[in-house]
Amino acid sequence: MAQREDEFLEYVQSGGQVEVDDWMPDEYRARLRKFIEMHANSELMGVLPEREWILRAPTLQRKLALTAKVQDEAGHAQLIYRVVEDLGKPREQCLDDLISGKSKFHNVFHYPTKTWGDVGVIAWLVDAAAIISQKALLKCSYAPYARIMKKICWEESFHILHGRDVVLTLMLGTDDQRELVQEALNRWWGPLMQFHGNPIAPEADPMYVWRIKSQGNDEARQQFLDGYVPQIWELGLTVPDPELRKDEKTGRWHYTEPDWDELMHVVTGHGPKTADRLDLRRNARENSAWVRSVLLAA
Amino acid sequence: MSERAQLLLAIADDELILGWRDSEWTGIAPFLEEDVAFSSIAQNEIGHARALYELAARDLETTADELAFDRRPEDYRCSELVQLRLPEWERTIARHVLYEEADAARLRELMASDDVELAGLAAKIDREEAYHRMHAQMWADRLREEPRFAAALDELRPLIDRRDGRTPELTELWEQMTEVRRSVPGATW
Amino acid sequence: MIYEVFRQERKGQAFQHAGSIEAPDERFAEWYAREQYGRRGESTALWVVPREAVHPIEDFVDELNRNYHRVDGYPLKEKLKEARERAGTASPRNR
Repeated sequence: MAQREDEFLEYVQSGGQVEVDDWMPDEYRARLRKFIEMHANSELMGVLPEREWILRAPTLQRKLALTAKVQDEAGHAQLIYRVVEDLGKPREQCLDDLISGKSKFHNVFHYPTKTWGDVGVIAWLVDAAAIISQKALLKCSYAPYARIMKKICWEESFHILHGRDVVLTLMLGTDDQRELVQEALNRWWGPLMQFHGNPIAPEADPMYVWRIKSQGNDEARQQFLDGYVPQIWELGLTVPDPELRKDEKTGRWHYTEPDWDELMHVVTGHGPKTADRLDLRRNARENSAWVRSVLLAA
Repeated sequence: MSERAQLLLAIADDELILGWRDSEWTGIAPFLEEDVAFSSIAQNEIGHARALYELAARDLETTADELAFDRRPEDYRCSELVQLRLPEWERTIARHVLYEEADAARLRELMASDDVELAGLAAKIDREEAYHRMHAQMWADRLREEPRFAAALDELRPLIDRRDGRTPELTELWEQMTEVRRSVPGATW
Repeated sequence: MIYEVFRQERKGQAFQHAGSIEAPDERFAEWYAREQYGRRGESTALWVVPREAVHPIEDFVDELNRNYHRVDGYPLKEKLKEARERAGTASPRNR
């Protein structure tokens, strides 16, 4: 068995692709399924912060764009839960575990969205952080997941533009509108810096070792900073971290070390909006249980 | 206000408010595949409203957004059917079925109108609504045996043609819809 | 029921497997496939197929190396070289 596992490890590390019916080490299958399940949960929970603003979108264009964005996220959840199901865990069981708090979802979806400024900042920067991870997942060793990432990345491309458009419009508006953006950025910067996870070295990260992730956490964070801090600064916005600067010699960004305890606290179900949002999911699910049984009946 | 503008606003208001209500299901529909599908229906409805407002806006020398958002709740001409908040799936589908039926009849009349522009837009809208009708029928067939669905149809049918009432639901919805816009009047969003 | 969806991006191209959806029957499956794989106009056409209608085949037998019907069964370099030399048509750098 150990030899077969070694061969499998060599296979994925040299770019080999794994399909649903291929043999996989138990550890690979378990970690893979948990990782993908967390992604599906995150897409599903990611809907909720933005839903409130679908109702409050201030123009017809924004209304349509925001509804389409949230629709995409529901669609992504559908795609990803299907992959998890084909790996052996039915969707209903995933939803049970999500609602009971047994399984996790990404930190950013545990926080409140307080203003229209949040809508812009989330669509621009949270989606940007997510797309960096998602692009790295295009090379995932598990092929069914890598394949759906293509569709997900393609759909996400308009999300960032929509976010940027909302932000730019606010920055070109009144002082009150500009303040909405800065205030939202001040609140979201901490969670954004935590988004890609703690600074574990890739070689020590089983997800990277099995080539489920093809990028280390720190590398993803550096990519995010490199791509988006200039975009933030060029609008005259300030990032609420006095340590943030790029070392021109090494090309690496320096920043105040994120609060890893906060991250752990939040993703284990103690975020400001965790309980409310899981309640919403639980209630929605209970209220529509009869629909699912009617459809399965005939 | 011209008769044409009044007619356009009545239809646009129906589509806007119904689309707004239908969009409330995005993310929490009974299951994910239906979530995606129903959200497209909501977006189509808002899209139809937008196109109709744009026609009316030219006649009234304003913009579609101003017509959609900047009137008072009492100025909307939508039917009471679309104003209600219906967080139960059977009532939402019942409304969907009833609305599509009534709207099909209305669109047939418009497509036969002498007003070429309006007839053309009605034809475009009708081509999209054909899919909505298919969707409504699909669900109606599935829920046919469900007593709560029949009860919902009975409850909602009388509301189709009621356009004089200003329900508290509409006022509440209007307040949510216009919250951001009213926070900085006249601003661009 | 699980349905597999195949999509054709542009006319003339091959249909490719795009993913799967869960639906109670064909009518719903068509609606859901159209939305999930076509709402952005990203496909010209879709095929929606119940999963059990798809039969996977992953075992292929070639124990005795049947390269007679493949390009790699025809290494002609040496023979060509000899034939050109015999005909005196080999290029100067090959002589």
